[in-house]
Order: sequence, then C-alpha cells, then structure tokens
Amino acid sequence: MAGMTPETEGGMFGASGNAAFRKQLNKVYTWYTGGFLIFIVVLAILEQMGLPRNWIGFIFLVATVLLYAGIGIMSRTNDAAEYYVAGRRVPAMYNGMATGADWMSAASFIGMAGTLYLQGYGGLAFIMGWTGGYCLVALFLAPYLRKFGQFTIPDFLGARYGGNLARLVGILIAIVCSFVYVVAQIYGVGLITTRLTGVDFSIGIFLGLGGILVCSFLGGMRAVTWTQVAQYIILIIAYMIPVVWLSVKQTGVPIPQAVYGYQLQKVTEKEKALIDDPKEKEVIAVFKARVDEMDAKLKDVKGALEADKAAATKKIEDLKAANAPAADIAAAEKALAALPKDEEAAKKAWTAARTAAAARTAPLGGMPRHAQQFAGNPAGDEKAKAAYETSRLNFLALVFCLMVGTAALPHILMRYYTTPSVKQARSSVTWSLFFIFLLYFTAPALAVLVKYEIFTVLVGTPFDKLPAWVSQWASVDPTLLTVTDVNKDGILQLGEMRIGGDIIVLATPEIGGLPYVISGMVAAGGLAAALSTADGLLLTIANALSHDLYYKMIDPNAPTSRRVMISKILLLVVALAAAYTAYTVYVTKQADILFLVSAAFSFAAAGFFPALVLGIFWKRATAAGAVLGMLAGFGITLYYMASNHPWMRTIFGVTDPVSLWNGILPISAGVFGVPLGFAVIILVSLFTPAPNKEVQELVEHVRYPSLAGDIDTRAT
Amino acid sequence: MQLTESHRQYWRKNLNITAWLLLAWFVVTYVVGFYARDLSFTFFGWPFSFWVASQGSLIVYVVIIWFYARYMNQLDEEHGVAEVEED
Repeated sequence: MAGMTPETEGGMFGASGNAAFRKQLNKVYTWYTGGFLIFIVVLAILEQMGLPRNWIGFIFLVATVLLYAGIGIMSRTNDAAEYYVAGRRVPAMYNGMATGADWMSAASFIGMAGTLYLQGYGGLAFIMGWTGGYCLVALFLAPYLRKFGQFTIPDFLGARYGGNLARLVGILIAIVCSFVYVVAQIYGVGLITTRLTGVDFSIGIFLGLGGILVCSFLGGMRAVTWTQVAQYIILIIAYMIPVVWLSVKQTGVPIPQAVYGYQLQKVTEKEKALIDDPKEKEVIAVFKARVDEMDAKLKDVKGALEADKAAATKKIEDLKAANAPAADIAAAEKALAALPKDEEAAKKAWTAARTAAAARTAPLGGMPRHAQQFAGNPAGDEKAKAAYETSRLNFLALVFCLMVGTAALPHILMRYYTTPSVKQARSSVTWSLFFIFLLYFTAPALAVLVKYEIFTVLVGTPFDKLPAWVSQWASVDPTLLTVTDVNKDGILQLGEMRIGGDIIVLATPEIGGLPYVISGMVAAGGLAAALSTADGLLLTIANALSHDLYYKMIDPNAPTSRRVMISKILLLVVALAAAYTAYTVYVTKQADILFLVSAAFSFAAAGFFPALVLGIFWKRATAAGAVLGMLAGFGITLYYMASNHPWMRTIFGVTDPVSLWNGILPISAGVFGVPLGFAVIILVSLFTPAPNKEVQELVEHVRYPSLAGDIDTRAT
Repeated sequence: MQLTESHRQYWRKNLNITAWLLLAWFVVTYVVGFYARDLSFTFFGWPFSFWVASQGSLIVYVVIIWFYARYMNQLDEEHGVAEVEED
C-alpha cells in the first residue's frame, strides 16, 4: 500500500502551482486505489486460508479508520484559509470527488437501494431529487458563491443583507439542519461498526467518532477534503463489485445498469404470478385472521386480558396434571409471564400487533409492484382516483424538496468555496454530479437484481434449505429480517418474509454468494460514506459557531489562531452532543433516519434557497425581506412537521388532530416553505427602501468572474 | 466600477441560458413525472417513465451542468470577464 504511506501524503500538501499540484494528486490517488485493491486481494487470500470472519471485519474497520486518521494528521493546520476552505486550491475533479463523498451519506449508500427495493418506482424520488438538485447548485449558486469567496453561507447572507441579523438567522438554520443530519450519520456509523466487529453500539459510536474527529479536528476543511477523496474511492469500489457480480450471475453481462430493464420485466411477471399464488393467499388469510383477532380483543381489553390469563394458567395446570416434560411447563409459564401487565400495556401491545399484521395483509408482503408508477388507479373508482392523485402529488413534492434542499445545504455549498476559480467551481459541479451519478445510476439496478434473486431463488425454498445468510441476519437483528412459516407448509412464501431496507446493500454480497471479504468491504464503504458526510457536517456547525458567531459578531479582532482553536473546541463539543443524541435515539428506538435526513433537506430548502437565489439574481432584495422570508419559510416548515409528523408531535407535545394540506406528507413540508419564503422576500423588499450602493456593487461583483476595478470580498 | 454594454450583454446571455436549461430540467423531472403512468411503453425492457426517473433524467442533469460550465467558461472569455488563473 505504497500510496497510503505518510511521506507521499505529506509531500502532496506542500506542492506549489496548480498544475504540479494536480499531477501529484493524480499520482498519489492512483497508487492509493491500487493499494486498496491489493489490500482486498490479500485479505481474500487470507480468508481462503482460514482467517475468521470477525477478524476480517475488524481489519477493515481498523485499517480504514487508521488511514483516514493518517491523512488527517498529515494535513493538520492552523492557518485560517487552509482550515476553512483547504487553501482554495482543490482542483475541480478532486473537489467533485470530495463533494460526492460529502454528499453520499449512510442514507445513500446503505438505505437507498433498500428503499428502492421496498417501494419500487416511489423510491426513485430520492434518485431524481438527490441528483437533480445539482442543476440548481450549478445554475444558481456555485459560481457566484465562489466569486464571493469567503468561508461560510452565513458569510454571504451577512454581506449581501448587510447586517448581523441576516447572519444570525443563517447561523440558526445552518445549525438546525446540519445537526439533524449529523445525528443520522453518527447513528449509521454506530450501526456499521457494531456489525463489523460485534462490539456494543455505544462503543461503536465512539470508535467511529474517533475516526471523524481526528480528521476534521486537526486539519479542518483541508484534512476533510483529502480524506473524502480517499473515502469516495473506497465507497464506489465497494458499491460496484457486488452489483456487477450479481449482474454477471443473472444475465452474463457485467454492466448491470444497461441490462436490468429485462430483469425488471421478469420481476414484473413474477409479481403477477405471486399475487395469484394460492399459497401466498393462504399467508395473507392468516394475517387477516390475526387482524380480526386483535380487533376483537381491542374491543374489550379488560375481558380479553383476563381470558388470556385464565387460558394460560389453565394450560400450566393441565400440563402439570398430565405430567408433561418440565421444558413444556417452563415454556407455558414463560408465556403467562409474557402477557401484558395491565390494560394499558395490553392495549398498546395489541394495537402494535394489529398494525404489524395489517401491513402484511397486502399482496407481495405489502410492497407495491416494482415498476408501477404511483398507488391507486386514475381510471378506477373515486377512492382509487384520490389515492392516485395524492400519491403522484407526494412523489413530485418530495422530489422538489430534495432538489431544492440539495441546493441549500450549507455543507455542500461550502465545498464550492474551495476551488481555485469560478471556472473551476462550475466544472467542479459537473464532476460532483458525475461521481454521485455513478452510484445513483447503479442503486436502482441493485434493487431490481436483488429482488429478482429473492423472488426467483429464495421464494419457494423449503425452510430447512434456506441459505445461511438468512438465519445469520435474522439473528443479528430481527427487525431487519424475519422469516416464519406462517401457513405451516414448510416452504418460504414471499409473504412470510419481512426484510428491512437497511440490509439490502449490506447483504447483497452474501445474497450473490460472494466471499466474506466483499461483505467486509461493503461495510467499510458504508462506513466511509457515513464518516465523510459526518465530517463535512460537523465542520459546518463548528464554523457557523466559531467563524460566524464568535469572530464576525462577538470579537472581530480575534487573531486567526484563536479562531481556529475555538472552532476545534466547538467541533469536539458538537460531535459529543451529536453522538449523545444518536445514542438516545438508538436506546429509545424512536429512530426514523429517513425522516431525519429528509427533514434536514426541507429545513435547508425553505430557510436558505430563496434568500440565496434572490440575493444573487435580484438587486432589489432587501435585508428586512430576506430575514422575514427566511424566518417565514423555515417557520412554516417546522410548523407543518411539528403538527403532522408523529415523532415531531411527541417532541413538541402537539395534541391537535393531524390535518394535512392537500394530502402532502410532513416529509415534504418544504414544498410550502420555499414558495412562502420567495413571496415574503419579494413583498417585503418592495415595501422597504432599496439596498445601498455598496450592496448593489457586491451583487455585480459576484455576477462577473472578473471585473476591471473590482472590489475584493475574499476572506483571509 | 462601471458596467459596459458588453457586461450587460454577458449577464443577459447568462440569464437566457439559465432559463433554457432550467426548462429542460423541469420537463425531464416534473412533466415526465406528472405523466409517468401514461408513459409506460416499453423502452429496452423498462417502462419508459421508470427509465427516465432512474437513468434518463440523471443523464440529462449531468449534460445540463456540463453544458452550462462549458458555455459560461467560453462566455467569460468572449466578454473579457474571465479570471486569470495561476497554472
């Protein structure tokens, strides 16, 4: 692994001149990629020679975290421009890779293919939303922000809307959306570390946290950038190998993206067969009966609980009377002890059981048909028509929120401050989307190939001949995978299997029959995705506090070294707070990672996008308009989520009945916030005096990459 | 800092190309998305709108951004507002 040695890395950052620097980067990362592949091959050989699985997972974890830490130590810095924007000399392509890793979080790497597997077409909202947003970044923001050339997004708001109020609102929004997002990442880090090594979740979180901190803590944006490039290379290799393997196995063609359309046709045919399959119908009937049973019990909770207790007690007595084996009696006693303690507990348990059973009374285990666009039917009765309209509206609304949110998340926009020029900022967006595209182009293929494998190979297998990975994953966490012979025919039906979206990617190597070293690599890829995003987010939060709040608003005379030092201390505090929050989320099992992530997008979209875009494209936008617009957009988004999302409702103690506007789900609350933000900024601006000449000059300044007699807004 | 006619032209052209590319972005995302159920004819195995959502739109997005970067970098040169880059 010559490319990973400190000497080459250390030399890399001392280079001067953009062209020479680029050449050196090419060399280092080519060696690095080769080194990583050799590392995989060596581990694969060791596995064949009998290296135990736990060891492989452990080696992957330690080797990659040490590698990231090494890069972090190599690029430690106390210089402000290096710390905040990596010295502004990251070439377009490398900034693209770093943005790719920054962008693709645990949700993209682990969760997305699973969501696609479970939702089919509906999941494509994430694919389009998380890529199409880059069009908005490229057309509306990246080049202009680069020309402005300071350190953070509140910096721009503060300069454009002259004053600390706009900056303060910006800081608040940046912290809220980044913190919500980083909690989800650290949660993901904890999960993967636990899977890789079998350590406890709380230890897993802090192990991962060490990897995150050593990087961003020592070297800020500089260390994070070079680590993210390294992480991108690992995560893309890890994602591709299993999919290509599955594709070769099923179709003989090593380009899954080109051929999975035909696999999709086969899946669609198989879906038809499964819907009509009598055995599947038997399973559904069992679940329907269970729903009815729970309904009956819930009608008279007190009576049903007493009857249950009486029945269980009688069973124990009968067994004792019949001199049954001790094990049977113990089991019956256990069953009695497991009954709900009081009426309230019984009601809760039975409602949960009813919901769980009801979810499985639909055909295909509750999954919609993979290729079917939207639920319901436009040609059906009133109800089907309404379901179709709502489903379509929600799909488009979600795409909108994810896209606009992409173009407003501070940790992504910040990256375009790091390129050497406006020209490179523009190209850098192209590279960013290209590198993101590679993974997003593949995820839908992965989902279809896995579905084909499960529908055709796994379904219909006798229970005693199920492959080993099924029982292994089921034993890791029953919420991720359970199989039970519901209709007692000894054969697995689709309806008898419940699979969580989060294991699809992690289990793909095993589903495809690949050696364990590939599983370890995929987990390491997921870790890279989560760590790199967490790095970027933590940096954003710490910078908002140290640079924007402390330096710009509290003590503008603070020397550089103190600013960087404060940023580092804050980084530590924020990281610990996020880890603690992630841990409580894990303990209380209130986790809804997808919701957390999407909420961050809606907040960013509603809070930032209108103010940023109008600030560049409309000279007349005033400070009062921007401040009120940001608050209104952010406020209505928060209000809609707080009054309609179950988890948010409990946090804010909302008891009013849920009232959806036009059937839009709370996940897409930004769809109301963004237009309101625009409207408020425009209206208020028209009623307040136009911005002064300096601000108008600033707007002209950011619009042209270079002007004669230009003002200089670059920060040092 | 006095803006010349050339500068104003540069900005107008920029707004123009931005609007056109935004239109392409809108059509491929929302128009195809809205009529997804009707655009289900088979396209190399995929239903067409499924293919657009999973691949076609992504290709269009990359092309939009690539084209914008190329167009604007040329426009900078033509109107003399390009940055001098250290190389």
